[in-house]
Amino acid sequence: MIAFNNVSKQYGDTAVLSDITFKVAPGEFISIVGKSGAGKSTIIKLLIGEDQPTRGRVLVGSYEVNKLKPDELPQLRRKVGIVFQDFKLLPTKTAYENIAFALEVEGRAQEEIEELVPQMLDLVGLADKKDNFPDELSGGMKQRVAIARAMIHRPAVIVADEPTGNLDHVNANEIMNLLLKINELGTTVVLATHSKDIVNKLRKRVVALENGKIIRDDARGNYEL
Amino acid sequence: MATTFFRILKFGLQNFSRNGLLSATTTVIMVLAILVFNGLTIFGVISNSAVASLQDKIDISVYFKSAAPEDDIVKLEHALQSLSEVRAVEYISSEKALAIFKQNHDSDDTISQALAELQTNPLLASLNIKAKDPNMYPTIAGYLETDQLKPIIEKVTYGENKEAIDRLARIIDTVRVAGVGITIFLALVAVLVTFNTIRLAIYSNREELGVMRLVGASNKFINGPYVVAGVIYGLLAALAGIIVSTPLIVFISPYVHAFIPDLSLSAYLGSHVPQFVFYQLFFGVALGATSAAVAVRRYLKI
Ligand SMILES: Nc1ncnc2c1ncn2[C@@H]1O[C@H](COP(=O)(O)OP(=O)(O)OP(=O)(O)O)[C@@H](O)[C@H]1O
Ligand SMILES: [Mg+2]
Repeated sequence: MIAFNNVSKQYGDTAVLSDITFKVAPGEFISIVGKSGAGKSTIIKLLIGEDQPTRGRVLVGSYEVNKLKPDELPQLRRKVGIVFQDFKLLPTKTAYENIAFALEVEGRAQEEIEELVPQMLDLVGLADKKDNFPDELSGGMKQRVAIARAMIHRPAVIVADEPTGNLDHVNANEIMNLLLKINELGTTVVLATHSKDIVNKLRKRVVALENGKIIRDDARGNYEL
Repeated sequence: MATTFFRILKFGLQNFSRNGLLSATTTVIMVLAILVFNGLTIFGVISNSAVASLQDKIDISVYFKSAAPEDDIVKLEHALQSLSEVRAVEYISSEKALAIFKQNHDSDDTISQALAELQTNPLLASLNIKAKDPNMYPTIAGYLETDQLKPIIEKVTYGENKEAIDRLARIIDTVRVAGVGITIFLALVAVLVTFNTIRLAIYSNREELGVMRLVGASNKFINGPYVVAGVIYGLLAALAGIIVSTPLIVFISPYVHAFIPDLSLSAYLGSHVPQFVFYQLFFGVALGATSAAVAVRRYLKI
């Protein structure tokens, strides 16, 4: 479903990723861990086509991401839900509109949107905040909107880069529970994080990075460095 | 397809209304650009009329010997009229010349008395020639200097007025070139200022462009709303431009009329309402839309 084949990434002369190879099966929950600067975000960027690898191939479903042209990227982005540390909500759109936007750009029918978005708002527990703008929401609420937006078109994969990085314990737990719930419903989750607590609680597969190399890949991993 | 179009329209309206302050500033800048555009148009109308009324004062007169047969004069008149350089030829017979002279001096007793004592008409028949363009007078003068015409022509006033006519022609040319130059320059400034304002407005939204990209929006969904907002700026600015300029034009009209009696700006405006409205709308909408389209492209990398 997802495969990195001998992927290397250099920025100028500095190698950020060297010879990364791993596979993710459908329905898996995989955490990519490592110290700051280890290359976690770079892996995520290559996965969603935000950047190109220097060498190697990145496969997501039927897409060979490293070969996608800019005008083919929207297709991939509609198959993959993306969640970021800084939420990346559209500030001039309400919670409802932010979620609906992902369907609107796909050309979905209005009736379908009006049916799906409230369902998703319910799922993330924000039905009463649908008309609020992002700066009227707490960090945890913003992240739940972002997850709802990522999930709204039922992607096969959710990619989350440090989704709890800006949140306190309580909110972070809520977000992790949401991601686990999504995973249980059959969606593949790729999580990049440096939070030891989170990874150890998950008891899921862990890929550990150090200086751009995979140093461990455990099916039921702990975060040990 | 229609859904996409209406969504882009909706996003554009939201862009406009939810970025209130930014939209207001951009619109104000565009109003200024449109006022510059209007000012230039009016400057063009005024300078064209000024040039036209100056040009009207330039002419060549050919005076014929009193013995010259009227047939030959009329023949020459027709020949001149068929020249592509010539705009108008007027034949003034010696009787008509005398009548005009009398009329011009009827308050001057000495002249009237002197005229009454004359037995014969001392004034010569003449052809008054106006060229389409002041630069064409030398050509026309050249045409009159052939040996064939020498026997009937007494004098051509071009030789005497040559310097004045040439200088006027040069001034008119300079005014034209300067007018076009100033117009292009100021229009360019107005366009650049507007473009830059819209670019800054979009620059302040550049992160949003990336976010839309990440959520799977294709380019038309990202560009479209900004172009729609640009069109709205243009429409509003054009309306404001019309509302501000109309009373201004009516106000300055009498002052301009005092300088150039042939020109009434109010009347000109009255007879050009559709053009006046259309050009401003066109200028505003085109400027707003292209600025937005060009500016948003710069920030659409990922
Ligand atoms: N666009 C870029 N140009 C140059 N160097 C870059 C660029 N992006 C990332 N890097 C470098 O690549 C390395 C890995 O960065 P990356 O963002 O993948 O780390 P990370 O593991 O996500 O760290 P963190 O936990 O702090 O988010 C860093 O040393 C960073 O400086
Ligand atoms: Mg990172």
